[in-house]
Amino acid sequence: MNKYDAIIIGAGHNGLTNAAYLAKAGLNVVVLEKNDYIGGAAVSRELQEGWLYSSCSYVCSMMRQAIHRDLDLGRHGLILVPYLGTVNFGDGDERLFSYHDEEAAHHELKRHSPHDADAMHRFQTDLTRYSQLIRKTLMRTPPDPASFRPRDIMEFLYLAKQFWTLGEKELYEYVRFFTMSAAEYLEDYFENDLIKAAMASPGIIGTALGVYSPGSSYVLLHHVMGDVDGSIGAWGLARGGMGAISDAIAGAVAEHGGEIRTNAGVQKVLVKNGKAIGVVLENGDEITARIVVSNLDAKRTFTRIMDKSDLPEGIYERAKNFKIRGSSGKVNIALSGMPKFTGVPENRYLARGGQGFSGSLETMERAYDCWKRGAWSDDPFVESVIPSAWDPTVAPAGKHWMSNFVQYCPPELSSGPWTPEKRDAFGKSVIDKIERYSPGFRDLIVHMEVRTPHEIENEVGLTEGNIFQGELTIDQLFFNRPFPGYGQYRMPVKNLYMCGSSTHPGGGVSSVCGANAAREILIDLRRTNTVPVDDFYDE
Amino acid sequence: MTTTDPYAGERLKLSPFYPRQEVLNIREAWSAWNGYKFAEYYYDAEYEYFCVRNQCATYDITPMQKYEIRGRDAEVMLNRMVTRDVTKIGIDKVAYCVWCTDEGRMIDDGTIFKLADDRFMLTCGSPCTAWLAKSAFGFDDVTITDVTDDLAALSLQGPTSCAVLKNMGLHGIDTAKPFNIMHFPFHGESLMVSRTGFTGDLGYELWIPPELGLKLWDELYAAGEDYGIQPYGEAATNMARLEAAFIMPAMEFNEALRTVNFEHDQTPFELSLGWLVDFDKPHFSGRSALLKEKQRGPKYTLTKLDIEGNRPAEGSYIYGNKQCTKEIGYVTSAMWSPAVKANIALAMIMTDQLDNKMWAEIYYEKELRQYSRIAACTRKKKPFWAPSRARATPPPDC
Ligand SMILES: Cc1cc2nc3c(=O)[nH]c(=O)nc-3n(C[C@H](O)[C@H](O)[C@H](O)COP(=O)(O)OP(=O)(O)OC[C@H]3O[C@@H](n4cnc5c(N)ncnc54)[C@H](O)[C@@H]3O)c2cc1C
Repeated sequence: MNKYDAIIIGAGHNGLTNAAYLAKAGLNVVVLEKNDYIGGAAVSRELQEGWLYSSCSYVCSMMRQAIHRDLDLGRHGLILVPYLGTVNFGDGDERLFSYHDEEAAHHELKRHSPHDADAMHRFQTDLTRYSQLIRKTLMRTPPDPASFRPRDIMEFLYLAKQFWTLGEKELYEYVRFFTMSAAEYLEDYFENDLIKAAMASPGIIGTALGVYSPGSSYVLLHHVMGDVDGSIGAWGLARGGMGAISDAIAGAVAEHGGEIRTNAGVQKVLVKNGKAIGVVLENGDEITARIVVSNLDAKRTFTRIMDKSDLPEGIYERAKNFKIRGSSGKVNIALSGMPKFTGVPENRYLARGGQGFSGSLETMERAYDCWKRGAWSDDPFVESVIPSAWDPTVAPAGKHWMSNFVQYCPPELSSGPWTPEKRDAFGKSVIDKIERYSPGFRDLIVHMEVRTPHEIENEVGLTEGNIFQGELTIDQLFFNRPFPGYGQYRMPVKNLYMCGSSTHPGGGVSSVCGANAAREILIDLRRTNTVPVDDFYDE
Repeated sequence: MTTTDPYAGERLKLSPFYPRQEVLNIREAWSAWNGYKFAEYYYDAEYEYFCVRNQCATYDITPMQKYEIRGRDAEVMLNRMVTRDVTKIGIDKVAYCVWCTDEGRMIDDGTIFKLADDRFMLTCGSPCTAWLAKSAFGFDDVTITDVTDDLAALSLQGPTSCAVLKNMGLHGIDTAKPFNIMHFPFHGESLMVSRTGFTGDLGYELWIPPELGLKLWDELYAAGEDYGIQPYGEAATNMARLEAAFIMPAMEFNEALRTVNFEHDQTPFELSLGWLVDFDKPHFSGRSALLKEKQRGPKYTLTKLDIEGNRPAEGSYIYGNKQCTKEIGYVTSAMWSPAVKANIALAMIMTDQLDNKMWAEIYYEKELRQYSRIAACTRKKKPFWAPSRARATPPPDC
């Protein structure tokens, strides 16, 4: 007899979500996490006393409200709070202020380009339309295009109906949109370079694409399809850092009787007669269960914790070739005070909000060129936010911390392996960039954590440090995610499932992958479904 | 030539805090409360609401009606007027009260501050001078003074509120329990601080002579700078109070003395405030009618609802069947709660239908077209928002 119905490998937020829904259905589940903390890339860590970094992910918008509500994450301590205003810094003295208020925002765009201020309405409208459509697919299992099962056919009909609401012209545009570059797409709307750069930045975050690379327009959409309380595209902060999300989900796991073990790295998935039957831990312990669910990315799952000989023909090769290029770095900085930025008024909302050190499309592309050559840029694109200005629990009063997401940072350097010295030099390039816009910034630094793809892979277990657990390109999206034919969370070995961001709908702190996988597992185990349907603002 | 303003009689009064509020009200979003110019919001209603839930924020309660009730008979007089037992309030304690007509219909709600055996302060939303005078009829030693304009008041609410007051130098404020009052010397005067509020969260109310209003504001804002202090207006208040399931005049209840139509006002039992009615104390206004109401059970009961979907059920009817043919009540206030992540509402439901299933018919607009949906409702027993920090002494992180 198995002690457990299900083993979930990895306590990332998706693994935890999966466990919560399985436990809610009455299954006996155990989550096995290699680190001594839970959360994976949705984590808060106190590396300097008094400061709580969101070490990896730092802002929240993709988290599906339906899950937040259904698992009662509020009662488990989660509250998402807003931050207001963003400043985009040009290569020189230009500043683009994104005000929270619509009138003010329009007025500001007009200062840069009356044309673009008007075009912004059309841009937002089009993007909202695309987002609404894609949002409808999130909490649903993609249909298998090669299958004739009624469920898959019904799902295709549902999708066709949704897409048809776009109208013919928009439908063509939409299909085209998926293969375009962000820069190309924006060209149709805007003339001002700083506006274009600011709008293009979500198109490259986390991806090994440049603003001019085909496919980056989808990545842009991926970053604006979320919402905060119905305001599509808005981003918020989790009070207490992103770890508060994982902790709240872990609270739901416990509430439903699930078990979470830390310091319990899985070395190998046990397969017998073509079926997954359990795992072997790094300490040699064996645990068996009816099913095994992996929260690890596809490459790690099939090339690291599984034997090639246990896999059907071709799967190992597919996993090896799974596109999961690392491209991002993260620099978390504890500060003794609030940094001041040149050319930004002392508007307490705007000046503390987000900072986009985007420069121009050209600068972003040059940074991408460095990545391609296996180097980091001296002039990187940095997206920053100062969570402590909005959340009183993440730094001592009057002190702050700044989250800096850096695009690009290569997983492997052409100059040889990453070393602590090179890591620090990469960190310095980021500080130099900020210092350019905030003289005296360096003097405020109390502590910093520099994370290259090397650290992200080794600590979080994201292969190559790819933040999405695999590129978000069309060949790896929807029913192609992670591999064609395996888009429904069931893996090539029987009783083995995947529930991490390598599955539909991909990366980001959304809980969707974990919830969708739970729904499929419950169908297979003939249990009552516990996963809610998505909740929209009547789109 | 005279320069008198011919419209002076129609202009709104300005709160002692106005000079600071004027600067901070970036959106020029003003409305009015009891004749005072009053902020609907300052920067963004939802952001201000989040300051209350996440950091701290101030709400100007100067326009709230404040009465000083003094004299040997002050206590018996108040006890005769309100439904709660005033003799049980200790000195430097506050109690939430309601008062009713002889028919047991609610006139208003408010708070009684017991400052000494013969000195009380009553606060309430609407002017109450005439009713107080009526209630004092027959008592020898009681004087009632409207001190609304003589006392500036600022509510400081939110998880960092205690830390801010401590930082401002109010030593020992962390020992104040909910509904306690403390006094602190402040520039030669006394600053009264009560651990009270209308948000269901940790919070305090600060009471000061108007001349010191700006000094208080400045010191509070200096102390709160690193704790996210922000002013908030009516809009955010309304969100926070609904999450705490607190009632609002002209929303949950129609003041009895302003109600034209028969029984379009409410009893405390209908408003789920039966716990405020004490039949063990001496006679009070509305007693026999309320006793009858208690025995018979109220016709309606104010109920907390969690409603499917995210469209606020504002103005919706509540039905006992999904076909929406059997009407059993109506929504009084509704909103999407960003903190709780739920579609919440307060509704008046026929008491004998409370255990039934319930549906709300919700109307909404989308790009000029009208839509409706029928959403299942779940009854909630507890307030939607009730963090433990609101009750903890000392409060956490302080
Ligand atoms: C630097 C960075 C910034 C980001 N910024 C954002 C953002 O701002 N907003 C956003 O929405 N998303 C962001 N993302 C993406 C997002 O964080 C991830 O897509 C998401 O958290 C992945 O969640 P997951 O549960 O699918 O997987 P993971 O979080 O990767 O969880 C996998 C878990 O498995 C564990 N594990 C690995 N190997 C083993 C093993 N052998 N045995 C046991 N356990 C193992 C890991 O330790 C980890 O806990 C960011 C990611 C990174 C890296």
